[in-house]
Amino acid sequence: MKQLSTKVTSNAHGQDSSYFLGWEEYEKNPYDEIKNPNGIIQMGLAENQLCFDLIETWLAKNPDAAGLKKDGQSIFKELALFQDYHGLPEFKKALAEFMEEIRGNRVTFDPSKIVLAAGSTSANETLMFCLAEPGDAFLLPTPYYPGFDRDLKWRTGAEIVPIHCSSSNGFQITESALQQAYQQAQKLDLKVKGVLVTNPSNPLGTMLTRRELNLLVEFITSKNIHLISDEIYSGTVFGFEQFVSVMDVLKDKKLENSEVSKRVHVVYSLSKDLGLPGFRVGAIYSNDEMVVSAATKMSSFGLVSSQTQYLLSALLSDKKFTSTYLDENQKRLKIRQRQLVSGLEAAGVTCLKSNAGLFCWVDMRHLLDTNTFEAELELWKKIVYEVKLNISPGSSCHCTEPGWFRVCFANMSEETLDLAMGRLKEYVESTDSRRSISKSSHERIKSLRKRTVSNWVFRVSWTDRVPDER
Amino acid sequence: MGSLKKNGGAILSRIATNDHHGENSEYFDGWKSYDKDPFHHSRNPCGIIQMGLAENQLCLELIEGWIKDNPKASICTPEGVGQFGDIAIFQDYHGLKEFRQAIAHFMGKARGGRVTFDPERIVMSGGATGANETIMFCLADPGDVFLVPSPYYAAFDRDLRWRTGVEIIPVHCYSSNSFKLTVEAVEWAYKKAQESNKKVKGLILTNPSNPLGTMLDKDTLKNLVRFVTRKNIHLVVDEIYAGTVFAGENFVSVAEVVNNVDSYEVNVDLIHIVYSLSKDMGLPGFRVGIIYSYNDLVVSCARKMSSFGLVSSQTQLMLASMLSDDRFVEIFLTENSRRLKIRHEDYTSGLKKAGITCLTSNAGLFVWMDLRHLLRDRNSFESEIELWHIIIDKVKLNVSPGSSFHCTEPGWFRACFANMDDDTLHAALRRIQAFVSKNHKIVENSSDSDQIVQSNNVKKQKWKQSNLRLSFRRLYEDGLSSPGIMSPRSPLLRT
Repeated sequence: MKQLSTKVTSNAHGQDSSYFLGWEEYEKNPYDEIKNPNGIIQMGLAENQLCFDLIETWLAKNPDAAGLKKDGQSIFKELALFQDYHGLPEFKKALAEFMEEIRGNRVTFDPSKIVLAAGSTSANETLMFCLAEPGDAFLLPTPYYPGFDRDLKWRTGAEIVPIHCSSSNGFQITESALQQAYQQAQKLDLKVKGVLVTNPSNPLGTMLTRRELNLLVEFITSKNIHLISDEIYSGTVFGFEQFVSVMDVLKDKKLENSEVSKRVHVVYSLSKDLGLPGFRVGAIYSNDEMVVSAATKMSSFGLVSSQTQYLLSALLSDKKFTSTYLDENQKRLKIRQRQLVSGLEAAGVTCLKSNAGLFCWVDMRHLLDTNTFEAELELWKKIVYEVKLNISPGSSCHCTEPGWFRVCFANMSEETLDLAMGRLKEYVESTDSRRSISKSSHERIKSLRKRTVSNWVFRVSWTDRVPDER
Repeated sequence: MGSLKKNGGAILSRIATNDHHGENSEYFDGWKSYDKDPFHHSRNPCGIIQMGLAENQLCLELIEGWIKDNPKASICTPEGVGQFGDIAIFQDYHGLKEFRQAIAHFMGKARGGRVTFDPERIVMSGGATGANETIMFCLADPGDVFLVPSPYYAAFDRDLRWRTGVEIIPVHCYSSNSFKLTVEAVEWAYKKAQESNKKVKGLILTNPSNPLGTMLDKDTLKNLVRFVTRKNIHLVVDEIYAGTVFAGENFVSVAEVVNNVDSYEVNVDLIHIVYSLSKDMGLPGFRVGIIYSYNDLVVSCARKMSSFGLVSSQTQLMLASMLSDDRFVEIFLTENSRRLKIRHEDYTSGLKKAGITCLTSNAGLFVWMDLRHLLRDRNSFESEIELWHIIIDKVKLNVSPGSSFHCTEPGWFRACFANMDDDTLHAALRRIQAFVSKNHKIVENSSDSDQIVQSNNVKKQKWKQSNLRLSFRRLYEDGLSSPGIMSPRSPLLRT
């Protein structure tokens, strides 16, 4: 009899993908300004490290929150014992208001419809458990966050069917792509339970347009299925256009209390907007009572630490802090993104025009030897080992076109970003001159590399362990 | 399995709509009553006293004192805020190295230093709730079976089965031998399951036991390890009460047995431990669950799954510091045992005065009370529930009926003693004593003329008991209504 479950031996956790393997290499040789200046610079980590000083300043001014006190009285004991899966009421209220503020207070969030979870990782999995049976499918636009393969499918048994998006229209979702995905699922004999989108998008850094959002709402209405909108980057919008949430669209279409609104669920987290992934704060927002009820019970498997809830309820209840923070966060992200974009431009590399997120979707198709994923992997290897930058290849995000890479910009200092851009520029310039080598020797090298790459990928697919990230 | 909810056609999953979360059970009626009318010394002295909550509130001030004295352990204080950024971004599912080391160290100390734990095998989870579910996901597929000795922690029905699809089959234990788990009973349950073509993947037990408060002896544990090895099934031992042992023999962890049994008799790949700081330290709010497995594949898989329930890095940092403070840990563990022992003696001697005995126990945060003599019908669970409603409505105590722990014999109740202060405990005891003696008086006054001289103790006892039951019948006939159902404010976790 097989000793362990099928989940142990399957690789549905998705961690054999190149997305995670680049990290392994980084871990072996991490860049450090002083200790390891020639190490690999981590650009595969969608973290927001730009505004910690604001939070640290707030902490210095708010000793009660720091000292687990309320109105000067210690509440340590209450917090130590607090494990109610309804969550700390003050925290949910503050979180709801923060979510409203991010959306310009155009929509309201009812704290009683919020379910806390251990990060959006847990929130997304929990929603799957609530909405899908094993074997049911959710449609996801590509490219998408690699971790979804684990979060949505691994323990739930749900399936993902891609909605193919292409560079021809900036990777926007089209009606035909949606219908095609739905039909593909049916061909595969999979029951479609819903669509899941990340808005703003990871890895694209773009926001869904109103047209796309309307299309999605109409689609789920006609098919009578769910829509999950993972809006964890909603507070990272730094362009001129404002963020349009699916909640905005429901309101504008006067669908707020309709049947369809019960099938629209929002996922949120403080890991990106506030840069606090370590604190494991995720949330599900749903208009469906049964979903809220079931998800609340399931949150028992991953509650938010009470001391963390308390700290954050104090932080987010301070409206002066939240408005300053959101403003400053936006400004700093914009500056940093511009720095990356111009650095790339100087290396002759363009990226998808974007105004949100902690990364850019970079077009390196012109650097590929051939228009294939093998070539993409080859290029990626070079960038990791020779250029010493860990970036994420588009294939790991299920992109259908080779040559796109996600490059993060908010998890390092300005100087490190400059250095990274300098390295890239050097590499591109040297590649340009290398391309004048004779074609025949190039073909020889290419086939040798192909074999080497596939051996290497096979070998590393057995290695374990990588940190968890978006 | 529960109907699928139709939402204009779009359906939710079976898991979302069935009741395998277990929260519709009568077990929660007591809580609902408590929530409506909670005891408070000054604000509501006649309210219901909560004795259904296995919390450890006895040593929290020690922890609070340590936190005050060690501001560097917090990322929020001026002394500790320098670490804020690094900790805020830390989401590596291996956990902070110092945290794993400190936990491994603490686990060893809680077992008297008789065994050491390897920090590399420590895997985080969302409390023991998350740990138990995760270990099931690693060891069993939907439809597989795990054996669990009864009586067992009520929430296992949810934690082990709900989203995993695993089936639980109880291994019944009986009062005739003090509810001790025997290998024979496990073997029998295993055989029966196999005869029904069920795939048994393992045995899971809580040691020290919830709700019994007793520990497995070394020989039984050794024999269980040998048994699972012979049958090639897993053994998961939930040791979350390991540090609550307050008297008698030392606690024997399965880790100790693994080290002391001949290597050909134990396949360590089958042995897994679940731990948590919710009971030993009284910190359920901090959600610190641990899986410790001797099986490398399970460690690896559980670690990936821990992404769904990592411990907050803020909490990891604080505990890493606290639990590596040897001096504090020693004082804490000693004081914890001492206070639990006093509280246990206090409570059990008070119960004795009311003619109530408990299963002899030396661990846990509760006692297993024998109230069989108060049942209207000793063989009926309806009687147990009736009695329970009387205890809630008349005696104003929320205790937990044995049926909610899947006990096969009616009349046993779990009462917690470590989740309140001394005054509240004494108030609870006074109520019990007053109630029992009031009903005794009624019996004595009305039965004088009917008294028949009995020739032996058994008959006397039966008469006394039957008259007590008569007096309860009066109460039963007073038209007690069930507490109204309202949406629970308290989670299933509080058991």
